[in-house]
Amino acid sequence: MPTKEEVFEKVRGALVEALGVDEDEVTPQATLVGDLGAESIDFLDILFRLQKAFNIKIPDKELLPQDILTNPEYVVDGRVTEVGIAELRKRMPFADLDNFAANPNVQDFANLLTVAGMCRFVESKLVAAG
Amino acid sequence: MRWYWIDRFIEFESGRYAKAVKNVSLAEEYLHDHFPGYPVMPTSLVMEGLAQTGGLLVCEHTGFREKVVLAKVPRVVFYCEAIPGDSLIYTAALDYIRDDGAMVTATSHKGSKLQAEIEIMFAHLNGEHHAKTLFEPEAYLRMMRMLRAFEVGHAADGSPLRPPSQLVG
Repeated sequence: MPTKEEVFEKVRGALVEALGVDEDEVTPQATLVGDLGAESIDFLDILFRLQKAFNIKIPDKELLPQDILTNPEYVVDGRVTEVGIAELRKRMPFADLDNFAANPNVQDFANLLTVAGMCRFVESKLVAAG
Repeated sequence: MRWYWIDRFIEFESGRYAKAVKNVSLAEEYLHDHFPGYPVMPTSLVMEGLAQTGGLLVCEHTGFREKVVLAKVPRVVFYCEAIPGDSLIYTAALDYIRDDGAMVTATSHKGSKLQAEIEIMFAHLNGEHHAKTLFEPEAYLRMMRMLRAFEVGHAADGSPLRPPSQLVG
C-alpha cells in the first residue's frame, strides 16, 4: 500500500503529463479545472494515467458524477437540491463538499476537485482494492 | 479525395502494435503549396498517419464495434522534416485500452532516424451519440484490405489476422 507521499507524487506525475503543467504548480489545494486548466477531455487522460500508475480500475462516473448533475431529481434551476447533495456525498466521500453545499450551483461543481481530493480518491480506491 | 495518410501495413499484431509505411511523393498535391519550391510534409499530416495506424489498431482490437475517435494528443515531438522521397515507417503500440478509450504511443522513422514521436488518446463514443457507427462496416473492411492488413497481420493467438465475423458474414 503506497504512502501518502507516494500517492501524491504519482498523482502529480499524471497531472503534469496530462495537463502539461509544471510540478510546482501541482499543489494539494490547486483545483484541477480552475488552477491547472483541465478540460473535460483531460479527465479521461488523467484517469488512464492513474489507472496505469496504481493498477486500479476507476469508472469515470465516480470522479465526475454527470448522472447526478444532469438529473432533474437532484438539480432544480441550476442548483443541486438537498437530496442531490446527499447523493453527491455518498458517491464522492473523498471530496470536500461543504463549501459547495453552501452555494450549490451546478456549473461551479467542476471546479471543486482539488489535487488533494484526487489523492484521497486514489487512496480510497487502493484501500478498496486491498 | 481519399483521406489515407498511410500506404500499407507492414506488420499488424492484434492488440499489441502495428507498423505502416507512408511514402512521401512529389505527386501529392499539398506539397506544392507547402511550400512552393520547398516541399515539406506538414506535421499535422504525419500526425494523422500516426493516428490512423494507432486508430485502426484500436478499432481492430474491439472488432470494429466501437466508435473510435482521436480525442487528445498529450504530447508530440518532431525531430526532422519529412520530404519527398522519404519512406516513413510509423510504429504504433497499444499502451492501454479500456471501455471508454485507449492510449497509443507511436513513432515515425526515416530509416533508422527518429522523425517524430507521439502520444495519442482515443475515445470510444458511447451509445448516447445518434450514429450507431462512424463508418459503414464495409468501409473499415475496405480500408484494412487496401492497406494489406490481413496479408501481414496476426491475431492475438498468432494465427493469421481475419476480418471480424460480423463484417464478412
